[in-house]
Amino acid sequence: MLWAVATLTFFAVRLIPGDPAEAILGGPGSQTSPEALAAVRAEYGLDQPVLVQYLQQLLRLATGDLGRSYALNTDVAPLVLEQLGGTLTLAALALAVGWVLALALATWSTRRGTVARAIGSGLEIVAAALPHFWLATALILLFSIWLGVLPPISTASPAGLVLPVLTLAIPLAGFLGQIMREALFTALESPFVLSARARGESERGVIWIHALRHAALPAISLSGWAFASLVSGAVVVETVFARPGLGRTLLNAVTVRDVPVVVGVVLVAALAYMAMTLVTDFASRIADPRLRAS
Amino acid sequence: MTDFEIQARVSLAEGDRSRIPPRARISVAEGATIAVTAFLLVAAVAPALVAPGDPFAIDPLSAFQAPSIDHGFGTDESGRDVYTRVVHGTRNSLTIGAAATAIGLGFGILLGTIAGMLGRVVDFTVNRFLEVLFAFPGLLLALLFILIFGPGVATAIVAVGLSTAPGYARIIRGQLISVRSSAFVEAATVQGLTRRRILARHILPNTLAPLFVLGTLGIGQAIVWASALSYLGLGAEPPAAEWGAMLAAGRTYLTTAWWLSFFPGLFIVLTAVCATAIGRSIERRVRHA
Repeated sequence: MLWAVATLTFFAVRLIPGDPAEAILGGPGSQTSPEALAAVRAEYGLDQPVLVQYLQQLLRLATGDLGRSYALNTDVAPLVLEQLGGTLTLAALALAVGWVLALALATWSTRRGTVARAIGSGLEIVAAALPHFWLATALILLFSIWLGVLPPISTASPAGLVLPVLTLAIPLAGFLGQIMREALFTALESPFVLSARARGESERGVIWIHALRHAALPAISLSGWAFASLVSGAVVVETVFARPGLGRTLLNAVTVRDVPVVVGVVLVAALAYMAMTLVTDFASRIADPRLRAS
Repeated sequence: MTDFEIQARVSLAEGDRSRIPPRARISVAEGATIAVTAFLLVAAVAPALVAPGDPFAIDPLSAFQAPSIDHGFGTDESGRDVYTRVVHGTRNSLTIGAAATAIGLGFGILLGTIAGMLGRVVDFTVNRFLEVLFAFPGLLLALLFILIFGPGVATAIVAVGLSTAPGYARIIRGQLISVRSSAFVEAATVQGLTRRRILARHILPNTLAPLFVLGTLGIGQAIVWASALSYLGLGAEPPAAEWGAMLAAGRTYLTTAWWLSFFPGLFIVLTAVCATAIGRSIERRVRHA
């Protein structure tokens, strides 16, 4: 899988018009001598045939070497590792907060009449439609400029994390909530809930002990994808809150067309997606005994 | 439509247990959605009808005015009326969203049909390919595309379209497979119809019918992503009246003039909400009709 991602990105990057050696030396406009170009080609291995370059890249990736940045003249792997922690913290917190919000909304609004249900699903649709960049702006406006309680720039302090996490968590909660509500609704109509009720289980017990396990399953299996898309959301959020991290590194690299950095970040994001898929498979097994039996 | 087909559609509506009577009356929320959508469509087709001014008319003396009766959404750094600019930006933003969705659906249909119709080996290959694409969630695929072809409106459209394609392809493939193995296709086969006729008259229409809903839901998402790219400086550029670009330009003045970024964003949200709400209510009605 990782091999496929690496191959795809390698050949996609070959499609870039222009000479990569020129890009390293400052773009097509710069006056570069043929000797300098040849030196750069030799340094980055660009004078080799494509197949050799491809195999070399795979070999380097296998040893954890992501190559050298065109623009920053540093190795990509340490750069990415350095930024990874901040983004992972952000994404993990956002996932947790998103789950709590979605759970609260879905359990609150089911079994509370049609009005509550309409409010719940309306809130979810609006939340899921909120673009990160606008929500971030609105939150800064409200909490930093008008109320003055939270910093508009995300620093290392916990207070600086609140707004970025909320920005990522609210749309995620809308998305997860829609899925959870539908599943919860289905679960509450099934025979096992009827039998739980017949045994005299309280309404709260029916929802939290019996139905929720079923309702959570589709949301759990989508969480892997959701986590990885949080990394993509981090591109916007880290830019707005001037927070160092993978997303901002990626955006800067795309803007100056720093190919090795972009490829490195994309590979790490793909790796995060695969790791999260494993985690969600495991979580599904815990939540659903039927998966364990088979 | 034969009874078989109706039965098949009902069985396709997996997991839905909501008790909505067929031909339910239009609810308050649906009415509001229709009204806002109508306004947005008028703004896109004939912006002068709802905002008579010139979106590029500069009036430096009245720069940075807060929302008032004269300027409903306030004025920007050059004294341009924000309401006029937002309304005139509707066509740009809707066109970008619709074009990106069309590209995404096009690729999705192509990949999904290939996977669903051409046998197991092709299906396996296309599926692996889709899985690889799923490892680039959200904007990552779009950013990779922009890295290769450079920023700009056209690349942003194609980039957003391509990033949505894997999702469509997967849904279409699933739909195709479930329609192919449904009772009415078996009935048609038993009746001795040719394969081509079964495909053209029975399988494809039933596979492609839900696409209208998917497309409606997708336009909202596409507009949000395309304006995110503009916001990041990789799509439409600031003097253009495009919502994402306007919001990005207003960010500089956030502390003094919040209305510059608030209202373009509000329109993005309104559009996305309307697209989702309309898509969902059509979906419900189709399921229960």
